[in-house]
Amino acid sequence: MSATAATGASSAIPRLGVDPFALDFFDDPYPTHEALREAGPIVYLDKWNVYGVARYAEVYAVLNDPMTFCSSRGAGLSDFARETPWRPPSLILEADPPAHTRTRAVLSKVLSPAVMKQIRDRFMTVAAAKIDELLQRRSFDAIPDLAEAYPLSVFPDAVGLKPDGREHLLPYAGVVFNAFGPPNELRQSAIERSLPHQAYVAEACQRDNLSPGGFGACIHAFAARGDITDAEAPLLVRSLLSAGLDTTVYGIGAAIYCLARWPEQMTRLRDDPSLARNAFEEAVRFESPVQTFFRTTTRDVELSGSPIGEGEKVLMFLAAANRDPRRWAEPDRYDITRKTSGHVGFGSGIHMCVGQLVARLEGEAVLTAFARKVGAVAISGPVKRRYNNTLRGLESLPITLTPA
Amino acid sequence: MPTITFIHPDNRSEPIDAQIGDSAMRAALTHGIDEIVAECGGNAVCATCHVYVDEAWLPKLDPVAADEDDLLDGTASERLPNSRLSCQIKITPALDGLVLRLPDRQT
Repeated sequence: MSATAATGASSAIPRLGVDPFALDFFDDPYPTHEALREAGPIVYLDKWNVYGVARYAEVYAVLNDPMTFCSSRGAGLSDFARETPWRPPSLILEADPPAHTRTRAVLSKVLSPAVMKQIRDRFMTVAAAKIDELLQRRSFDAIPDLAEAYPLSVFPDAVGLKPDGREHLLPYAGVVFNAFGPPNELRQSAIERSLPHQAYVAEACQRDNLSPGGFGACIHAFAARGDITDAEAPLLVRSLLSAGLDTTVYGIGAAIYCLARWPEQMTRLRDDPSLARNAFEEAVRFESPVQTFFRTTTRDVELSGSPIGEGEKVLMFLAAANRDPRRWAEPDRYDITRKTSGHVGFGSGIHMCVGQLVARLEGEAVLTAFARKVGAVAISGPVKRRYNNTLRGLESLPITLTPA
Repeated sequence: MPTITFIHPDNRSEPIDAQIGDSAMRAALTHGIDEIVAECGGNAVCATCHVYVDEAWLPKLDPVAADEDDLLDGTASERLPNSRLSCQIKITPALDGLVLRLPDRQT
Protein backbone atom coordinates (compact mmCIF):
# COMPACT_ATOMS: atom_id res chain seq x y z
CA MET A 1 0.00 0.00 0.00
CA SER A 2 2.64 2.55 0.98
CA ALA A 3 5.77 2.66 -1.18
CA THR A 4 4.34 1.30 -4.44
CA ALA A 5 1.32 3.53 -4.22
CA ALA A 6 3.35 6.66 -3.58
CA THR A 7 5.52 6.11 -6.65
CA GLY A 8 2.63 4.67 -8.64
CA ALA A 9 0.49 7.78 -8.34
CA SER A 10 0.45 9.45 -11.73
CA SER A 11 1.84 12.97 -11.83
CA ALA A 12 -1.38 14.02 -13.55
CA ILE A 13 -3.38 13.15 -10.45
CA PRO A 14 -3.44 16.02 -7.97
CA ARG A 15 -1.89 15.15 -4.61
CA LEU A 16 -3.45 16.62 -1.49
CA GLY A 17 -2.11 16.72 2.04
CA VAL A 18 -5.47 16.78 3.79
CA ASP A 19 -6.39 14.20 6.45
CA PRO A 20 -10.09 13.35 6.05
CA PHE A 21 -9.97 11.41 9.35
CA ALA A 22 -8.70 14.25 11.56
CA LEU A 23 -10.88 15.84 14.23
CA ASP A 24 -10.57 19.35 12.75
CA PHE A 25 -11.73 17.94 9.41
CA PHE A 26 -14.78 16.39 11.09
CA ASP A 27 -15.61 19.79 12.64
CA ASP A 28 -16.13 21.27 9.16
CA PRO A 29 -15.54 18.87 6.26
CA TYR A 30 -17.25 20.99 3.61
CA PRO A 31 -14.38 23.26 2.47
CA THR A 32 -12.17 20.18 2.12
CA HIS A 33 -14.90 18.28 0.27
CA GLU A 34 -15.07 21.17 -2.18
CA ALA A 35 -11.29 21.27 -2.53
CA LEU A 36 -11.26 17.52 -3.21
CA ARG A 37 -13.99 17.85 -5.88
CA GLU A 38 -12.39 20.85 -7.53
CA ALA A 39 -8.86 19.40 -7.55
CA GLY A 40 -9.91 16.80 -10.14
CA PRO A 41 -12.00 13.70 -10.76
CA ILE A 42 -9.40 11.60 -8.91
CA VAL A 43 -6.99 12.77 -6.24
CA TYR A 44 -4.19 11.17 -4.28
CA LEU A 45 -4.07 11.62 -0.52
CA ASP A 46 -0.46 11.56 0.67
CA LYS A 47 -1.44 11.35 4.32
CA TRP A 48 -2.76 7.78 3.95
CA ASN A 49 -1.41 6.81 0.49
CA VAL A 50 -4.80 6.28 -1.08
CA TYR A 51 -6.63 7.50 -4.13
CA GLY A 52 -9.78 9.51 -3.52
CA VAL A 53 -12.94 10.33 -5.49
CA ALA A 54 -15.27 13.10 -4.31
CA ARG A 55 -17.33 13.98 -7.39
CA TYR A 56 -20.67 12.26 -7.89
CA ALA A 57 -19.82 10.71 -11.27
CA GLU A 58 -16.65 9.00 -10.06
CA VAL A 59 -18.12 7.87 -6.73
CA TYR A 60 -21.06 6.39 -8.65
CA ALA A 61 -18.72 4.73 -11.17
CA VAL A 62 -16.56 3.12 -8.47
CA LEU A 63 -19.61 1.90 -6.53
CA ASN A 64 -21.06 0.34 -9.67
CA ASP A 65 -17.94 -1.55 -10.82
CA PRO A 66 -17.51 -4.02 -7.95
CA MET A 67 -15.34 -6.46 -9.88
CA THR A 68 -12.69 -3.77 -10.50
CA PHE A 69 -13.18 -1.93 -7.21
CA CYS A 70 -13.64 -4.84 -4.86
CA SER A 71 -14.86 -5.11 -1.29
CA SER A 72 -13.32 -8.45 -0.30
CA ARG A 73 -10.06 -6.68 0.57
CA GLY A 74 -11.97 -4.55 3.06
CA ALA A 75 -14.32 -1.57 2.85
CA GLY A 76 -11.92 0.38 5.07
CA LEU A 77 -8.31 1.48 4.69
CA SER A 78 -6.91 -1.83 5.91
CA ASP A 79 -6.13 -4.15 2.97
CA PHE A 80 -7.21 -7.67 3.95
CA ALA A 81 -4.73 -9.07 1.41
CA ARG A 82 -1.89 -7.62 3.49
CA GLU A 83 -3.24 -7.22 7.02
CA THR A 84 -5.25 -9.47 9.31
CA PRO A 85 -8.72 -7.95 9.75
CA TRP A 86 -9.60 -6.86 13.30
CA ARG A 87 -12.60 -9.24 13.26
CA PRO A 88 -13.72 -12.08 10.95
CA PRO A 89 -14.72 -10.26 7.72
CA SER A 90 -18.37 -9.57 6.97
CA LEU A 91 -19.90 -12.13 4.60
CA ILE A 92 -21.76 -9.41 2.72
CA LEU A 93 -20.06 -6.01 3.10
CA GLU A 94 -16.54 -7.39 2.74
CA ALA A 95 -17.29 -9.94 0.00
CA ASP A 96 -17.42 -9.97 -3.81
CA PRO A 97 -19.59 -11.93 -6.23
CA PRO A 98 -20.23 -14.81 -6.42
CA ALA A 99 -19.89 -15.28 -2.63
CA HIS A 100 -21.65 -11.97 -2.01
CA THR A 101 -24.58 -12.80 -4.29
CA ARG A 102 -25.76 -15.65 -2.07
CA THR A 103 -25.58 -13.83 1.27
CA ARG A 104 -27.03 -10.65 -0.21
CA ALA A 105 -30.03 -12.59 -1.52
CA VAL A 106 -30.77 -13.86 1.99
CA LEU A 107 -30.61 -10.45 3.67
CA SER A 108 -32.63 -8.90 0.82
CA LYS A 109 -35.42 -11.35 1.54
CA VAL A 110 -35.20 -10.87 5.32
CA LEU A 111 -35.46 -7.08 4.91
CA SER A 112 -37.77 -6.94 1.88
CA PRO A 113 -40.56 -4.42 1.16
CA ALA A 114 -43.09 -7.15 2.03
CA VAL A 115 -41.51 -7.61 5.48
CA MET A 116 -41.60 -3.84 6.02
CA LYS A 117 -45.38 -3.91 5.57
CA GLN A 118 -45.60 -6.34 8.49
CA ILE A 119 -43.54 -4.23 10.91
CA ARG A 120 -44.75 -0.83 9.75
CA ASP A 121 -47.65 -0.35 12.16
CA ARG A 122 -45.57 -1.16 15.21
CA PHE A 123 -42.74 1.16 14.15
CA MET A 124 -45.23 4.01 13.54
CA THR A 125 -47.06 3.48 16.84
CA VAL A 126 -43.89 3.41 18.92
CA ALA A 127 -42.61 6.59 17.25
CA ALA A 128 -45.89 8.41 17.92
CA ALA A 129 -45.76 7.40 21.60
CA LYS A 130 -42.14 8.53 21.84
CA ILE A 131 -42.94 11.99 20.44
CA ASP A 132 -45.93 12.29 22.82
CA GLU A 133 -43.63 11.52 25.74
CA LEU A 134 -41.02 14.03 24.58
CA LEU A 135 -43.65 16.72 24.07
CA GLN A 136 -44.51 16.32 27.77
CA ARG A 137 -40.88 17.03 28.62
CA ARG A 138 -40.61 19.89 26.09
CA SER A 139 -36.82 20.25 26.48
CA PHE A 140 -34.48 17.28 26.09
CA ASP A 141 -31.36 16.05 24.28
CA ALA A 142 -32.48 14.85 20.85
CA ILE A 143 -29.53 12.46 20.46
CA PRO A 144 -29.87 10.10 23.46
CA ASP A 145 -33.57 10.77 24.09
CA LEU A 146 -34.83 10.43 20.51
CA ALA A 147 -32.21 9.54 17.86
CA GLU A 148 -30.86 6.70 20.04
CA ALA A 149 -33.91 5.88 22.12
CA TYR A 150 -36.31 5.30 19.22
CA PRO A 151 -34.20 2.85 17.16
CA LEU A 152 -33.25 1.07 20.40
CA SER A 153 -36.95 0.66 21.18
CA VAL A 154 -37.84 -0.97 17.84
CA PHE A 155 -34.80 -2.45 16.07
CA PRO A 156 -33.37 -4.91 18.64
CA ASP A 157 -36.88 -6.30 19.12
CA ALA A 158 -37.33 -6.60 15.35
CA VAL A 159 -34.06 -8.57 15.18
CA GLY A 160 -35.27 -10.68 18.09
CA LEU A 161 -32.47 -9.94 20.55
CA LYS A 162 -32.70 -10.84 24.21
CA PRO A 163 -33.16 -7.89 26.57
CA ASP A 164 -29.87 -8.45 28.36
CA GLY A 165 -26.71 -6.87 27.01
CA ARG A 166 -28.26 -4.44 24.55
CA GLU A 167 -26.07 -1.69 26.01
CA HIS A 168 -23.27 -3.22 23.91
CA LEU A 169 -25.05 -2.54 20.60
CA LEU A 170 -24.18 1.13 20.02
CA PRO A 171 -20.58 0.77 21.28
CA TYR A 172 -20.09 -2.25 19.00
CA ALA A 173 -21.36 -0.36 15.96
CA GLY A 174 -19.14 2.57 16.92
CA VAL A 175 -16.12 0.26 16.80
CA VAL A 176 -17.13 -1.17 13.43
CA PHE A 177 -17.38 2.25 11.82
CA ASN A 178 -14.23 3.60 13.46
CA ALA A 179 -12.36 0.51 12.26
CA PHE A 180 -12.94 1.39 8.58
CA GLY A 181 -10.70 4.39 9.13
CA PRO A 182 -6.91 4.64 9.21
CA PRO A 183 -4.86 3.52 12.23
CA ASN A 184 -5.46 6.77 14.11
CA GLU A 185 -6.36 7.26 17.77
CA LEU A 186 -10.09 6.81 17.06
CA ARG A 187 -9.55 3.42 15.45
CA GLN A 188 -6.93 2.08 17.80
CA SER A 189 -8.70 2.98 21.01
CA ALA A 190 -12.03 1.69 19.68
CA ILE A 191 -10.56 -1.71 18.81
CA GLU A 192 -8.67 -1.91 22.12
CA ARG A 193 -11.94 -1.50 24.02
CA SER A 194 -13.98 -3.76 21.74
CA LEU A 195 -13.55 -7.22 23.28
CA PRO A 196 -16.59 -7.19 25.59
CA HIS A 197 -18.75 -5.80 22.78
CA GLN A 198 -17.49 -8.45 20.35
CA ALA A 199 -18.17 -11.17 22.90
CA TYR A 200 -21.75 -9.95 23.38
CA VAL A 201 -22.41 -9.77 19.63
CA ALA A 202 -20.97 -13.24 18.95
CA GLU A 203 -23.31 -14.67 21.57
CA ALA A 204 -26.38 -12.63 20.57
CA CYS A 205 -26.16 -13.84 16.95
CA GLN A 206 -26.50 -17.53 17.82
CA ARG A 207 -29.77 -19.17 16.79
CA ASP A 208 -30.86 -20.08 20.30
CA ASN A 209 -30.53 -16.47 21.45
CA LEU A 210 -32.87 -15.04 18.80
CA SER A 211 -36.61 -14.99 19.31
CA PRO A 212 -38.92 -16.55 16.70
CA GLY A 213 -40.23 -14.30 13.95
CA GLY A 214 -37.43 -11.75 14.17
CA PHE A 215 -34.95 -10.86 11.43
CA GLY A 216 -32.28 -12.95 13.18
CA ALA A 217 -34.41 -16.09 13.33
CA CYS A 218 -35.34 -15.54 9.66
CA ILE A 219 -31.66 -15.55 8.72
CA HIS A 220 -31.14 -18.81 10.62
CA ALA A 221 -34.18 -20.27 8.83
CA PHE A 222 -32.35 -19.73 5.53
CA ALA A 223 -29.50 -21.82 6.97
CA ALA A 224 -31.98 -24.58 7.80
CA ARG A 225 -33.13 -24.46 4.15
CA GLY A 226 -29.53 -24.75 2.96
CA ASP A 227 -29.29 -21.29 1.33
CA ILE A 228 -26.42 -20.48 3.69
CA THR A 229 -24.42 -22.64 6.10
CA ASP A 230 -25.00 -22.90 9.84
CA ALA A 231 -21.66 -21.19 10.36
CA GLU A 232 -22.60 -18.29 8.09
CA ALA A 233 -25.94 -17.48 9.73
CA PRO A 234 -24.56 -15.86 12.93
CA LEU A 235 -22.17 -13.74 10.88
CA LEU A 236 -25.06 -12.47 8.75
CA VAL A 237 -27.02 -11.63 11.89
CA ARG A 238 -23.89 -9.76 12.99
CA SER A 239 -24.22 -7.59 9.86
CA LEU A 240 -27.61 -6.38 11.12
CA LEU A 241 -26.07 -5.45 14.47
CA SER A 242 -23.04 -3.78 12.86
CA ALA A 243 -24.87 -1.70 10.32
CA GLY A 244 -28.52 -1.56 11.36
CA LEU A 245 -28.61 0.57 14.48
CA ASP A 246 -25.95 3.26 14.72
CA THR A 247 -26.60 4.32 11.11
CA THR A 248 -30.29 4.98 11.79
CA VAL A 249 -29.37 6.77 15.03
CA TYR A 250 -27.18 9.12 12.99
CA GLY A 251 -29.81 9.39 10.26
CA ILE A 252 -32.61 10.37 12.63
CA GLY A 253 -30.25 12.73 14.47
CA ALA A 254 -29.38 14.34 11.13
CA ALA A 255 -33.05 14.82 10.24
CA ILE A 256 -33.90 16.45 13.59
CA TYR A 257 -30.81 18.66 13.35
CA CYS A 258 -31.86 19.75 9.85
CA LEU A 259 -35.46 20.52 10.86
CA ALA A 260 -34.23 22.46 13.89
CA ARG A 261 -31.91 24.59 11.73
CA TRP A 262 -34.40 25.24 8.91
CA PRO A 263 -37.75 26.16 10.52
CA GLU A 264 -39.34 26.84 7.11
CA GLN A 265 -38.74 23.18 6.21
CA MET A 266 -40.35 22.15 9.51
CA THR A 267 -43.34 24.30 8.55
CA ARG A 268 -43.62 22.58 5.16
CA LEU A 269 -43.45 19.20 6.91
CA ARG A 270 -46.23 20.21 9.31
CA ASP A 271 -48.36 21.40 6.39
CA ASP A 272 -47.91 18.08 4.59
CA PRO A 273 -46.93 15.12 6.80
CA SER A 274 -46.72 12.92 3.69
CA LEU A 275 -43.35 14.63 3.09
CA ALA A 276 -41.91 12.87 6.16
CA ARG A 277 -40.28 10.05 4.27
CA ASN A 278 -38.58 12.38 1.78
CA ALA A 279 -37.57 14.78 4.57
CA PHE A 280 -35.64 11.88 6.10
CA GLU A 281 -34.18 10.88 2.72
CA GLU A 282 -33.02 14.46 2.08
CA ALA A 283 -31.36 14.50 5.52
CA VAL A 284 -29.46 11.35 4.53
CA ARG A 285 -28.28 13.11 1.37
CA PHE A 286 -27.55 16.39 3.14
CA GLU A 287 -25.68 15.07 6.19
CA SER A 288 -24.58 11.69 4.78
CA PRO A 289 -24.41 9.78 8.09
CA VAL A 290 -22.07 7.31 6.38
CA GLN A 291 -19.40 9.67 5.01
CA THR A 292 -16.94 7.34 3.32
CA PHE A 293 -16.10 3.81 2.23
CA PHE A 294 -13.04 2.32 0.57
CA ARG A 295 -12.63 -0.13 -2.30
CA THR A 296 -9.48 -1.94 -3.54
CA THR A 297 -8.53 -2.25 -7.22
CA THR A 298 -8.36 -5.81 -8.54
CA ARG A 299 -6.42 -4.81 -11.69
CA ASP A 300 -4.75 -1.87 -13.40
CA VAL A 301 -7.62 0.42 -14.33
CA GLU A 302 -8.21 3.81 -15.90
CA LEU A 303 -10.77 5.97 -14.14
CA SER A 304 -11.82 9.25 -15.79
CA GLY A 305 -8.58 9.23 -17.79
CA SER A 306 -6.23 8.52 -14.89
CA PRO A 307 -4.44 5.20 -14.38
CA ILE A 308 -4.70 3.41 -11.04
CA GLY A 309 -2.60 0.31 -10.41
CA GLU A 310 -3.76 -3.04 -9.05
CA GLY A 311 -4.07 -3.38 -5.28
CA GLU A 312 -4.67 0.30 -4.55
CA LYS A 313 -7.16 1.59 -2.03
CA VAL A 314 -9.72 4.09 -3.36
CA LEU A 315 -11.53 6.28 -0.84
CA MET A 316 -15.07 7.27 -1.88
CA PHE A 317 -16.35 10.50 -0.35
CA LEU A 318 -20.08 9.71 -0.38
CA ALA A 319 -20.87 12.93 1.47
CA ALA A 320 -19.00 15.06 -1.08
CA ALA A 321 -20.77 13.30 -3.96
CA ASN A 322 -24.10 14.03 -2.29
CA ARG A 323 -23.31 17.75 -2.46
CA ASP A 324 -21.55 17.82 -5.83
CA PRO A 325 -22.94 20.84 -7.73
CA ARG A 326 -22.31 18.87 -10.96
CA ARG A 327 -25.18 16.61 -9.88
CA TRP A 328 -27.35 18.60 -7.46
CA ALA A 329 -28.99 22.02 -7.77
CA GLU A 330 -28.32 24.12 -4.65
CA PRO A 331 -26.56 21.15 -3.00
CA ASP A 332 -26.01 22.93 0.32
CA ARG A 333 -29.73 23.54 0.79
CA TYR A 334 -31.83 21.14 2.90
CA ASP A 335 -35.05 20.88 0.85
CA ILE A 336 -37.61 18.28 1.92
CA THR A 337 -39.27 18.34 -1.53
CA ARG A 338 -36.05 17.64 -3.41
CA LYS A 339 -35.96 14.73 -5.88
CA THR A 340 -33.50 12.70 -3.84
CA SER A 341 -33.37 9.57 -5.99
CA GLY A 342 -29.78 8.77 -6.94
CA HIS A 343 -28.06 10.08 -3.79
CA VAL A 344 -25.31 7.79 -2.53
CA GLY A 345 -25.98 8.14 1.20
CA PHE A 346 -26.94 4.45 1.19
CA GLY A 347 -24.29 3.66 -1.43
CA SER A 348 -25.20 2.32 -4.88
CA GLY A 349 -24.85 -0.92 -6.79
CA ILE A 350 -24.58 -4.42 -5.38
CA HIS A 351 -23.46 -3.26 -1.93
CA MET A 352 -26.13 -0.58 -1.55
CA CYS A 353 -27.41 -0.68 2.05
CA VAL A 354 -29.51 -3.83 2.35
CA GLY A 355 -31.28 -2.36 5.40
CA GLN A 356 -32.26 0.91 3.74
CA LEU A 357 -35.96 0.10 3.97
CA VAL A 358 -35.72 -0.30 7.75
CA ALA A 359 -33.83 2.99 7.98
CA ARG A 360 -36.46 4.78 5.89
CA LEU A 361 -39.28 3.26 7.90
CA GLU A 362 -37.71 4.48 11.16
CA GLY A 363 -37.05 7.92 9.71
CA GLU A 364 -40.54 8.19 8.26
CA ALA A 365 -42.10 7.05 11.54
CA VAL A 366 -40.29 9.66 13.63
CA LEU A 367 -40.83 12.52 11.17
CA THR A 368 -44.50 11.63 10.61
CA ALA A 369 -45.08 11.88 14.36
CA PHE A 370 -43.09 15.12 14.37
CA ALA A 371 -45.18 16.54 11.52
CA ARG A 372 -48.47 15.73 13.23
CA LYS A 373 -47.66 16.66 16.81
CA VAL A 374 -44.86 19.23 16.90
CA GLY A 375 -45.38 22.91 16.15
CA ALA A 376 -41.81 24.13 16.27
CA VAL A 377 -38.32 22.86 17.10
CA ALA A 378 -35.63 25.11 18.55
CA ILE A 379 -32.04 24.35 19.46
CA SER A 380 -31.80 25.27 23.12
CA GLY A 381 -28.24 24.48 24.17
CA PRO A 382 -24.72 23.85 22.91
CA VAL A 383 -24.55 21.37 20.01
CA LYS A 384 -21.71 18.87 20.44
CA ARG A 385 -20.26 16.74 17.65
CA ARG A 386 -19.43 13.03 18.05
CA TYR A 387 -16.26 11.89 16.28
CA ASN A 388 -16.12 8.67 14.26
CA ASN A 389 -13.91 7.73 11.32
CA THR A 390 -16.91 6.89 9.11
CA LEU A 391 -20.10 8.24 10.67
CA ARG A 392 -21.08 11.90 10.85
CA GLY A 393 -23.38 12.94 13.65
CA LEU A 394 -23.82 14.59 17.01
CA GLU A 395 -23.09 13.68 20.62
CA SER A 396 -25.59 16.17 21.97
CA LEU A 397 -28.44 18.21 20.44
CA PRO A 398 -30.46 20.01 23.13
CA ILE A 399 -33.84 21.02 21.68
CA THR A 400 -37.12 22.45 22.88
CA LEU A 401 -40.39 21.43 21.24
CA THR A 402 -43.55 23.49 20.97
CA PRO A 403 -46.70 21.37 20.60
CA ALA A 404 -48.75 21.80 17.43
CA MET B 1 -36.27 7.91 -29.45
CA PRO B 2 -39.01 5.52 -28.36
CA THR B 3 -42.08 7.18 -26.87
CA ILE B 4 -43.43 5.88 -23.56
CA THR B 5 -46.82 7.01 -22.34
CA PHE B 6 -47.36 7.22 -18.60
CA ILE B 7 -50.96 7.33 -17.44
CA HIS B 8 -51.35 9.17 -14.15
CA PRO B 9 -53.79 7.94 -11.46
CA ASP B 10 -56.21 10.69 -12.61
CA ASN B 11 -56.13 9.10 -16.13
CA ARG B 12 -54.10 11.95 -17.61
CA SER B 13 -51.74 10.64 -20.35
CA GLU B 14 -48.19 11.93 -20.49
CA PRO B 15 -46.04 10.79 -23.42
CA ILE B 16 -42.28 11.18 -23.01
CA ASP B 17 -39.26 10.49 -25.21
CA ALA B 18 -37.10 7.79 -23.64
CA GLN B 19 -33.42 7.17 -24.29
CA ILE B 20 -32.63 3.70 -25.67
CA GLY B 21 -30.75 1.73 -23.02
CA ASP B 22 -32.24 3.70 -20.12
CA SER B 23 -34.71 2.07 -17.77
CA ALA B 24 -38.32 3.23 -17.82
CA MET B 25 -37.69 4.44 -14.26
CA ARG B 26 -34.76 6.61 -15.36
CA ALA B 27 -36.82 8.02 -18.24
CA ALA B 28 -39.64 8.87 -15.82
CA LEU B 29 -37.29 10.66 -13.42
CA THR B 30 -35.66 12.57 -16.29
CA HIS B 31 -39.07 13.85 -17.36
CA GLY B 32 -40.38 14.65 -13.90
CA ILE B 33 -42.99 11.91 -13.62
CA ASP B 34 -43.58 12.44 -9.89
CA GLU B 35 -45.36 9.15 -9.21
CA ILE B 36 -42.09 7.29 -9.80
CA VAL B 37 -40.17 7.69 -6.52
CA ALA B 38 -37.28 5.25 -7.06
CA GLU B 39 -35.86 5.54 -3.56
CA CYS B 40 -33.06 3.08 -4.24
CA GLY B 41 -32.08 4.67 -7.54
CA GLY B 42 -32.57 1.55 -9.64
CA ASN B 43 -30.77 -1.06 -7.53
CA ALA B 44 -33.79 -3.36 -7.15
CA VAL B 45 -34.17 -2.86 -3.40
CA CYS B 46 -37.18 -0.64 -2.73
CA ALA B 47 -40.21 -1.33 -5.01
CA THR B 48 -41.05 2.40 -5.26
CA CYS B 49 -40.96 2.57 -9.08
CA HIS B 50 -43.97 0.27 -9.45
CA VAL B 51 -46.02 0.50 -12.68
CA TYR B 52 -48.92 -1.39 -14.25
CA VAL B 53 -48.02 -2.38 -17.80
CA ASP B 54 -50.71 -2.05 -20.47
CA GLU B 55 -51.85 -5.62 -21.21
CA ALA B 56 -50.98 -5.37 -24.89
CA TRP B 57 -47.34 -4.65 -24.02
CA LEU B 58 -46.82 -7.30 -21.34
CA PRO B 59 -45.63 -10.07 -23.71
CA LYS B 60 -43.04 -7.73 -25.22
CA LEU B 61 -41.19 -7.30 -21.91
CA ASP B 62 -38.52 -9.61 -20.48
CA PRO B 63 -40.04 -11.92 -17.88
CA VAL B 64 -40.02 -10.97 -14.19
CA ALA B 65 -36.79 -12.09 -12.49
CA ALA B 66 -36.87 -13.76 -9.07
CA ASP B 67 -35.65 -10.71 -7.13
CA GLU B 68 -38.15 -8.42 -8.88
CA ASP B 69 -40.89 -10.95 -8.11
CA ASP B 70 -40.03 -10.80 -4.37
CA LEU B 71 -40.00 -7.00 -4.41
CA LEU B 72 -43.37 -6.80 -6.15
CA ASP B 73 -44.88 -8.59 -3.14
CA GLY B 74 -44.12 -5.45 -1.13
CA THR B 75 -45.49 -2.68 -3.35
CA ALA B 76 -47.55 -0.02 -1.58
CA SER B 77 -50.35 -0.21 -4.15
CA GLU B 78 -51.89 -3.58 -4.87
CA ARG B 79 -49.82 -6.01 -6.91
CA LEU B 80 -51.67 -7.02 -10.08
CA PRO B 81 -50.72 -9.56 -12.77
CA ASN B 82 -49.37 -6.67 -14.90
CA SER B 83 -47.30 -5.13 -12.09
CA ARG B 84 -43.63 -4.45 -12.85
CA LEU B 85 -40.81 -2.38 -11.42
CA SER B 86 -39.95 0.28 -13.98
CA CYS B 87 -36.23 0.10 -13.06
CA GLN B 88 -36.23 -3.40 -14.57
CA ILE B 89 -37.80 -2.35 -17.91
CA LYS B 90 -35.00 -1.52 -20.32
CA ILE B 91 -36.00 0.74 -23.19
CA THR B 92 -35.43 -0.77 -26.65
CA PRO B 93 -36.65 0.39 -30.07
CA ALA B 94 -39.25 -2.43 -29.88
CA LEU B 95 -40.85 -0.69 -26.90
CA ASP B 96 -41.76 2.44 -28.90
CA GLY B 97 -45.35 3.19 -27.84
CA LEU B 98 -45.16 1.39 -24.46
CA VAL B 99 -47.98 2.37 -22.10
CA LEU B 100 -47.40 2.30 -18.33
CA ARG B 101 -50.09 3.12 -15.78
CA LEU B 102 -48.92 4.76 -12.54
CA PRO B 103 -50.18 3.54 -9.15
CA ASP B 104 -51.67 6.04 -6.69
CA ARG B 105 -48.94 5.45 -4.13
CA GLN B 106 -45.40 4.06 -3.94
CA THR B 107 -44.72 4.15 -0.18
